[in-house]
Amino acid sequence: MSKYSRRDFLKTTAGAAAAGTLGVGGATLSEDALAQGRWVPEKGAKLRVLRWKRFVQGDEDLWMQNTKKFTQKTGIEVRVDNEGWEDVRPKAAVAANVGSGPDIIISTFEDAHQYPEKLVDVTDVCNYLGGKYGGWYDVCKSYCTHKNRWIAVPMGCAGNALVYRESKMHEAGFDKFPSDLAGFLKLAQGMKAKGMPSGFALGNATGDGNSWTHWVVWAHGGKMVDQHNNVVINSPETIAALEYAKELYQTFAPGTLSWLDSNNNKAFLDGQIGLTLNGISIYYAAKTSQDPKLKELANDIQHAHLPIGPIGKTTELNLFFPMMLFKYSKHPNAAKAYLAFMMEKEQYEPWQQAAIGYVTQPLKAYEANPIWTSDPKHTPYRDAMKIMLPNGYAGDMGYASAATMADFIMVNMVAEAASGSKSPKEAAARAQQRAERYYKL
Amino acid sequence: MNRLFNNKHFLGMLFMLPAGVLLLVFLTYPLGLGTWLGFTDAKIGRAGHWIGLDNFQYLVGDSVARLALFNTLFYTVVASALKFALGLWLALLLNRRLPFKSFFRAVILLPFIVPTALSAIAFWWMYDAQFSVLSWALERMGLIHTYIDFLGDPWNARFSTIAANVWRGVPFVAICLLAGLQTISPSLYEAAALDGATPWQRFRHVTLPLLTPIIAVVMTFSVLFTFTDFQLIYVITRGGPLNATHLMATLSFQRAIPGGSLGEGAALATLMIPFLLSAILFSYFGLQRRKWQQGGRD
Repeated sequence: MSKYSRRDFLKTTAGAAAAGTLGVGGATLSEDALAQGRWVPEKGAKLRVLRWKRFVQGDEDLWMQNTKKFTQKTGIEVRVDNEGWEDVRPKAAVAANVGSGPDIIISTFEDAHQYPEKLVDVTDVCNYLGGKYGGWYDVCKSYCTHKNRWIAVPMGCAGNALVYRESKMHEAGFDKFPSDLAGFLKLAQGMKAKGMPSGFALGNATGDGNSWTHWVVWAHGGKMVDQHNNVVINSPETIAALEYAKELYQTFAPGTLSWLDSNNNKAFLDGQIGLTLNGISIYYAAKTSQDPKLKELANDIQHAHLPIGPIGKTTELNLFFPMMLFKYSKHPNAAKAYLAFMMEKEQYEPWQQAAIGYVTQPLKAYEANPIWTSDPKHTPYRDAMKIMLPNGYAGDMGYASAATMADFIMVNMVAEAASGSKSPKEAAARAQQRAERYYKL
Repeated sequence: MNRLFNNKHFLGMLFMLPAGVLLLVFLTYPLGLGTWLGFTDAKIGRAGHWIGLDNFQYLVGDSVARLALFNTLFYTVVASALKFALGLWLALLLNRRLPFKSFFRAVILLPFIVPTALSAIAFWWMYDAQFSVLSWALERMGLIHTYIDFLGDPWNARFSTIAANVWRGVPFVAICLLAGLQTISPSLYEAAALDGATPWQRFRHVTLPLLTPIIAVVMTFSVLFTFTDFQLIYVITRGGPLNATHLMATLSFQRAIPGGSLGEGAALATLMIPFLLSAILFSYFGLQRRKWQQGGRD
């Protein structure tokens, strides 16, 4: 643990306020932050941030621009390293393990719950931001609080939505995108009959594979664990979900068993599939392309929420991003100031706009960001945080839920049943056995 | 002091010290730590407790780990055999008088020079279900009507990854064997030819016995590299489809790092050691035996 404690923090801030000084180079943060005398950066503070590499260029450009703005205002030098998103988790784990590394790591899913005791309490930052911007969505609390304290600042999530070709939907005999499971299956079958298959990743694709397979199981009422963390995946609800997935699989393009995260993007943009689950990046690529064919495709692309199953509520899984501040950081105050600064409206909203909404906000006030309505096709992504369920639903988040996802237990189960390599019953039984190993601790 | 530095044994030890320290720090320590972790329930960010053989017991009963073991053995045996056959063939061809011999020898090394991750990405595209250039070419030639599902079918995926591994590994085998071939004195071939030996007999009774020591070393390395392969699989399939291409190395990584189960991942990696050791022992005590090399039998 670093030598810095909450008591020290109070002392520092009170002292700083009394002296009327604001740290390095007369640091000026946002008005509110100043008024509350928060997060006076340590003298000579420098920060290192590790984050996942952009999915859309605008994200990185604006993030770096905002970071530069922070440096100009505070004099705090910030180095931002970008890594492929799947590489951030192992690096964060190593940093936690060895007690050295970047001050802030922007990682994925429930990483904060894997080593909560290694993270700085950021309750003050989250209370400040939550109070100012309409509060956090419930799912943020699941991902980022531990024993009633915030252990990470939610950055948002890469929202998923169904991406489909409107013209092909009409050809299949639908005027409106169906919001129930039966209708959805019929649509996929209708499109396939018209020569336009759908495509959902069934390979070991951490993002897309996990997202849709969790949805299909959850929508039918199946779940990996109950509220008491007992593994209950081998249930009639799961088997019903697997039967459904098996039928849906018949409408897929060939090769989905091998698909990784980028395959559906490529296939959709090439016109080989007309229905998939993805972030806004497919639309972004088509819309910003100079190729007239892709521009035309962008006009035909529409987005929709995943259908609701018998469970009667939305059951989406989205890629969540926690921003973790590690206790080994020598400059926790500077880091907190940075986190708060990046989440302030002046920075956050333009950043979201630059990424055309690739990241959905964790703070409710940003629902009003014009990015969500300037193009109606963006709107479904606005609600990603509101309607998603946390990973590890309906149990606790932590080592077991992370390991279960990393071992692709849900993806493998659906892939085995859908492809017919195992019967739904066998696939569910095998998943139960595999998950029990992680949840037995 | 002066006497000490004049002491041959002391000086010898002193000069060996840096190498010894390097070995200890970078080889013995990680290996020991890895093995130790395999007997603990260490998680990332949490020190483990000794749990004896628990990890190993679980892995023996775990269907995915068993599948990974089968995949690894299959991958290693088939890829190594192919690499040996093709490598030897290539070496024999390159050892002949060919036009542009130096050019061909340089070109042959290309697959080995290209970084594995790059060539893996190239193969990933070549095997893509929708955009495979191989399927495209075959379809254009009228040989197939639908694209081949290289990576979506378990057996296709196994053979496809093996092909990528062979492509990458052949140059190493070929160049090493070529070096071995060049150490064989031409006078032996002349003598054999004068005795009326056919080309096959010359190969069987001159080339092969004299090449065996090199084959032993090269194939030991090749088997070790193949058995512990990671990058190709990680880039091309991530172990899919349905875990059909998960090797022990990739599964070990998946469980230990993204999955956080350091102990279990380490146990899986430790389980590779007996197989690797037996490959080495086979090479040293088997292939390098003089009797075998001279065509004799036990």
